[in-house]
Amino acid sequence: MAERPKKTFLYLNRKAPYGTIYALESLEVVLIGAAFEQDVSLAFLDDGVFQIVEGQDASALGMKNFSKTYRALGDFEVRKLYVERESLAERGLSEADLMPIMWEDEDEDYAEKPSIRLVDRSEMTRLIGAADVVLSF
Amino acid sequence: MSAYAFNGMQIAHDEEGYLTDIAEWTPELAELIAKSENIALTPEHWEVVNFLRDYYEEYQIAPAVRILMKEMTKKYGKEKGDQKYLYGLFPYGPAKQACKIAGLPKPTGCV
Repeated sequence: MAERPKKTFLYLNRKAPYGTIYALESLEVVLIGAAFEQDVSLAFLDDGVFQIVEGQDASALGMKNFSKTYRALGDFEVRKLYVERESLAERGLSEADLMPIMWEDEDEDYAEKPSIRLVDRSEMTRLIGAADVVLSF
Repeated sequence: MSAYAFNGMQIAHDEEGYLTDIAEWTPELAELIAKSENIALTPEHWEVVNFLRDYYEEYQIAPAVRILMKEMTKKYGKEKGDQKYLYGLFPYGPAKQACKIAGLPKPTGCV
């Protein structure tokens, strides 16, 4: 099969994890889409930053706590999770409130490397502009 | 809704045989599900089933077959993460069929 050029996919996550289905749907689409071996990035902005906050407890909601699944993204070769710095600050959050999400570098004896990258709003704008495909949830 | 008849109980499953409530799973039930799939569970099968259950416990998802191969290789070595080896154990798809026996939902990304 002829090698097709990879497209860059950016999934925008802007909504709180529970209360609507957007966050879970986005995650499922990312996991399914990862099978197509494209260049996939995730962006977390606005209330979307709450999706990757550490220590979530969904038990009172009768929903599965799917936040653990973000930590599997590295296995699916999704290694770029951009988090908007301003969105965190506006919600009284900092990087320390986020889950550690890592990927393993097979070329370096499975060394764990962080997937989360904090970017400011102007850089986020640039990333969105530069992606071939933007999917907003 | 169909169900597995097990120890005098009815354990509900979906139209493809995946458990409706994963909390109802027991190793004995796994033997029964495997039998309905024409598989006699060996220690090699259990290695995969237990791996999938651990993975689900940690990440709340069942891995796709590609991930299963990668992670089995990492944990148990190249021969255990081999596609032929895994299909030999679970002819209808190592992730798909093994997840059913492990009482887990169908792996994300499987159709």
